[in-house]
Amino acid sequence: MNGTAANSRAVSTVLALPSRLAFIRSEGFPLIPSLILLTIMLVAIFAPALAPHNPEVGVLGDRFRPPAWQTNGTVDHLLGTDHLGRDVLSRLIFGARISVVVGLMVIIVAGAVGTALGIISGYLGGWVDQVIMRITDAWLALPALMLAIFLAAIVGPGISNIIIILATAWWTRYARVIRGEVLSVRERDFVRLAVVAGCSKWKIMRKHILPNVINSAIVLATLQLGQVIIAEAGLSFLGVGVPPPQPAWGLMLADGKKGLMAGYWWLTVLPGSCIMLMVLSANLLGDWLRVKFDPQLRQL
Amino acid sequence: MKKFIIKRLGLAAISLFLLSLTIFLLIRISGDPAVLLAEPGASAADLEAIRTQFGLDRPLWIQYASFIGHLFRADFGQSFYYRTDVFELYLSRLPASLLLAAAAMLFSLVIGIPTGIIAAVRVNRWQDSIGKIFALLGLSMPSFWVGLIMILFFSVYLGWLPSSGSGTVLHLVMPAVALGWVFAAAHMRLTRSSMLEVLGSEYVKLARLKGLPEALVISKHAFKNALIPVLTLAGVNLVIMVNVAVIVETVFAWPGVGRLLFEGIAFRDFPVVQASILLGGTMIVLVNLLVDILYAVIDPRIRYEG
Repeated sequence: MNGTAANSRAVSTVLALPSRLAFIRSEGFPLIPSLILLTIMLVAIFAPALAPHNPEVGVLGDRFRPPAWQTNGTVDHLLGTDHLGRDVLSRLIFGARISVVVGLMVIIVAGAVGTALGIISGYLGGWVDQVIMRITDAWLALPALMLAIFLAAIVGPGISNIIIILATAWWTRYARVIRGEVLSVRERDFVRLAVVAGCSKWKIMRKHILPNVINSAIVLATLQLGQVIIAEAGLSFLGVGVPPPQPAWGLMLADGKKGLMAGYWWLTVLPGSCIMLMVLSANLLGDWLRVKFDPQLRQL
Repeated sequence: MKKFIIKRLGLAAISLFLLSLTIFLLIRISGDPAVLLAEPGASAADLEAIRTQFGLDRPLWIQYASFIGHLFRADFGQSFYYRTDVFELYLSRLPASLLLAAAAMLFSLVIGIPTGIIAAVRVNRWQDSIGKIFALLGLSMPSFWVGLIMILFFSVYLGWLPSSGSGTVLHLVMPAVALGWVFAAAHMRLTRSSMLEVLGSEYVKLARLKGLPEALVISKHAFKNALIPVLTLAGVNLVIMVNVAVIVETVFAWPGVGRLLFEGIAFRDFPVVQASILLGGTMIVLVNLLVDILYAVIDPRIRYEG
């Protein structure tokens, strides 16, 4: 009995992770989705080293070549080629870059703007709160995707444009949720003490309120990552997102439609699977974080 | 009640005001509005004519007033591509969109409600887990990709269904499933949580105490009450479906308002794009208003909170 206990203690000491990473061993942690997301990020970072071909230049003589394991496939193009003879694997690898950059930038920009407005609105209250919340409500009532399509149609395609457009359409959720949290945090003793101690409003919001609501913002951001990636793919598919010849997954699906009726399945199945894998992983991780950090958000 | 309705009407008005203002300002800060409002390839003289016609040299607020004036007269201008009145064009495409949305809604309810009920009745068992996986998949697969995969299987490989166009019931099947898929997941989630709430209520406990068979408790007492929020959401979603169908309609060449918006973008037909967004946004704002008021009629508590 004692031996077993000692053993398990020894094992747990050996397996002990730095305390910041200890959450990985907690119950229900979505290990596989996290590894998938990590892999996609690494692929995005090291894309030039990993991709066997230039993703934007193809050989027309090699167009519509199937994956290596089908007849006519070659090992040189493991996952086949598209209508311009470009290597699908290389395009998928570089496409990860676009999804990761757009996804992260949008949730960071939208999260920063929404959280800031939520904190200001909740802490200052009064007419500032009224104005910000009325605008947020009005904005929430508009269809985000349509607004994004309209903006994209006006400003034209481009990665930085797409980031600004999606962030413009997605900040409202943060403002609403964070404001609600701030309303309860501002009544806590440490905030009152800070007021008595003569801290400026700006300093209280930054040093005392922000650290207490940042968890909720992170949970929301993870949950939105999937939606943002799907929206980016949709805009690119419609031709108002990432401009060709860049290898965005949504754009690959639009190109893949050209070979769909001929049965060139790899041009449709593969990019879509990448999108699904990334979105599914983000959703699973977000669901876990939500339950873990913030039971109040379970209703979202 | 009166106060509540007035307040909600005010909010809806603010939403519409912001919608029109946003669109108005965006057109003007995104570059030379005359270029957007003129037909592609317009000459310098044409651009000058546009500037005079829309009064682009006048102060902004006068321009906005005239912009709103045109909207109130349902005057959205002429389509560059179709050479007809944009509002009439939009109305002529609306029935196809409504048909598609209705079919997609039917699909999403037929799938979502039964699976939601089963998940709630068998909560935390394998049926519930399968339901959760199904909902997650629904939320993780882009609807247009589901559409493309279906075309690959049912049109290209099996040859059962037409890949695009409209006219027969068969044409409707795949776009409706692709569009309804995400909503099925949402309706399943809501049915499950609503059903769980009802199953924990006093009157369901009483029905069980009376010794009613479980099947009867669920079908007669729980189901009906759990359905109210689901059907309300379905009402809102029907309008949302019309407006998010852009991509699905494009994939299947379905002749609805979504396809119209896509054509507007593709052909640089700006009046069409502008009208699609304004009319779609207005529809959503109005249906949200209607639902808020309906809820307040059903549940008096809401009137005092809002």
